[in-house]
Amino acid sequence: MYVYDEIDQRLVEERVAQFRCQTRRFLGGKLSEEEFKALRLRNGLYIQKFAPMLRIAIPYGMLSARQLRKLADIARRYDRGYGHFTTRQDLQLNWPKLEDVPDILAELATVEMHAIQTSGNSFRNVSTDHFAGVAPDEFVNPLVWCEIVRQWATLHPEFSYLPRKFKIAVSGSAADRAASGVHDIGLHALRAADGEIGFRVLVGGGLGRTPMVGIAIREFLPWRHLLTYLEAILRVYNLYGRRDNLNKARIKMLVKERGPEKFRDEVEAEWAHLKDGPSTLIIEELERIALRFTRPSYEQAPEIELAKSGPIASWVQRNVHAHRIPGYAAVTLSLKKTGVPPGDVTADQMDSIADLAERYSFGELRVTHEQNLVFADVRKAELAALWGELRALGFATPNVGLLTNIICCPGGDFCSLANAKSIPVAEAIQRRFDDLDYLYDIGELDLNISGCMNGCGHHHVGHIGILGVDKNGAEWYQIQIGGNQMPAALGKVIGPSFARVEVPDVIERLIECYLDERESEVERFIDVVQRIGIEPFKERVYGGTPQEPAHRKRRLAIA
Amino acid sequence: MAVLLRNRRIVSDGWQSLEPRRWLQVGEDGLVPDFPAAADLIITPRLWALRREDLLERSGRLGLRLEPEDDPGAFAAELGHFALLAVNFPKFGDGRGFSIARLLRERYGYQGELRALGQVTRDHLFFMDSCGFDSFALRECEDPEEALSGFGDFSEAYQACVARPQPLFRRRLRA
Ligand code: SF4
Repeated sequence: MYVYDEIDQRLVEERVAQFRCQTRRFLGGKLSEEEFKALRLRNGLYIQKFAPMLRIAIPYGMLSARQLRKLADIARRYDRGYGHFTTRQDLQLNWPKLEDVPDILAELATVEMHAIQTSGNSFRNVSTDHFAGVAPDEFVNPLVWCEIVRQWATLHPEFSYLPRKFKIAVSGSAADRAASGVHDIGLHALRAADGEIGFRVLVGGGLGRTPMVGIAIREFLPWRHLLTYLEAILRVYNLYGRRDNLNKARIKMLVKERGPEKFRDEVEAEWAHLKDGPSTLIIEELERIALRFTRPSYEQAPEIELAKSGPIASWVQRNVHAHRIPGYAAVTLSLKKTGVPPGDVTADQMDSIADLAERYSFGELRVTHEQNLVFADVRKAELAALWGELRALGFATPNVGLLTNIICCPGGDFCSLANAKSIPVAEAIQRRFDDLDYLYDIGELDLNISGCMNGCGHHHVGHIGILGVDKNGAEWYQIQIGGNQMPAALGKVIGPSFARVEVPDVIERLIECYLDERESEVERFIDVVQRIGIEPFKERVYGGTPQEPAHRKRRLAIA
Repeated sequence: MAVLLRNRRIVSDGWQSLEPRRWLQVGEDGLVPDFPAAADLIITPRLWALRREDLLERSGRLGLRLEPEDDPGAFAAELGHFALLAVNFPKFGDGRGFSIARLLRERYGYQGELRALGQVTRDHLFFMDSCGFDSFALRECEDPEEALSGFGDFSEAYQACVARPQPLFRRRLRA
């Protein structure tokens, strides 16, 4: 966890004062709605369907117990006692009062938190692997790099009024858990043969209306040049990105319009001027930032055999993850219990989680882009005890990586951009697939739901993606399959959309088709789609004769 | 005379902006009009391209007004003719002018007055100042007295820019 220094703290406090002044001017009638909108959006404040929504930044998903308690306190005092973790590793409050927001920000600043650039056309929260620093498959710990990029991207004088929002992800392991292929810039930290750290630089990925996978414009950028190179990319984008059409304003459209080669040439030409300039990174800065991170003081912990049977076994299998330190494991707290909107946590639960984080995981936790939480450093010897406590709180649903671990945006229940609701769809699907044995039989499956084109629920990269669409004012759902997060691949729409009540049946038919087609238990849904294409699935869904829902059939078979 | 913030003070503006069309129109006598000889004039790239000689003959100073789509590099060799460069911000959220300002200062070495005009609000001032602007034609409804405080919105910045040529991480090291 990065600990602020005096300047980091001062900047956040100055931002609070600035926003307080802007709010005062608005409430005093000195700023129009329109003008205030442009300002509040730079600070994560939206005016939603029913109330303002405030998005609080959780830089690269890292949170301390102390910060979580503060969030609980804020949710209780200024909101309706709960918060919503987003796919951007942020926390959203859905019911704050506009005039309270400056006070909320001031409260956040007391625990080194803020809402800077959580919306608006500027750099958004830098995101990373939720197992950063603990994953056994990691070549480079991305956290220091995340913080360096965060500082550079915070209140950037030149790049605070970009054509559109801008998202950067950093990953440092083979399995790209940061989904860097679908970010405006994805940085893959690598180690050269001589040990030097550098980055593979991907540009132009993104979801939304025109989903695209990023293109590598540099295979190895030595670390010293990271900021000057980013600056070159951003300058080209800031000057030439489309500003006349919001839907074409993301950097991916510039890369597409120019063609990747030409785009890269422009960046390189710009970089030729900036390279080796003052923004070239120095080793002293890396060391300084690294030292400001708290590091867990690992003990000699016994390597113990994890339960392979009994009720804890499925939790161990799904929600416990390998750790690079012997005797330790990482644990996912599933926020996907059936009946609870994915990502929602109450203030009381936040307090309980903070307590558990202190007792079991060095007082720190992470937010994942799958809208779950992670305790990154749990001693294996304490897993059983932790499991018991999580179960009591409802966070031990053993569904990580499975169909019911649905990524779901707030959708029509909260978001004013939505075409359709998404939370009730998630719930209906979770209810349909409530049978754990069946869920395990289906195996790994990412199901993602967005309430509109903007794709906050990452539907494009779900193995199954559901998108809310509007047909003459009614809510419909388009279904796509074959998307994947790593390596990034975009799903294909299977055909005409469905009414909400039909969605669980459609999912069931897709699953049924998969189960019939798979060649072995290890072949996942996505593997089958990649092997046989979407046609057989289409056929199954639209093929005419209604099928008996598969799981009932299977249950009968089991019985 | 319009008011202006220059070097963080409220001043009145002595510059006159020329609208190109009028100065390119051929009159009944078959000639284009003469420019005022002694006035300080802000012209556009088009006027500069078409009436450069006439403009240079005068005793008054010259300023050039750039739009966000203009390439500042195109004027790099001619910056010495201008005592003022103005960059227009047609919309609140159009940030191209920030890059243009840095390019003019950092790459093309422009040292004269660099003015932001258009939708310039107090909420832009800190960033504009950081990027090298030193004069600001605030949009009309902005109160110049109050706007002055905008320069002090932040006391530091992480990044290198015109106002702080070394990034914070290098300055920290020296301190
Ligand atoms: S995907 Fe659309 S509906 Fe869902 S949160 Fe994003 S903008 Fe709102």
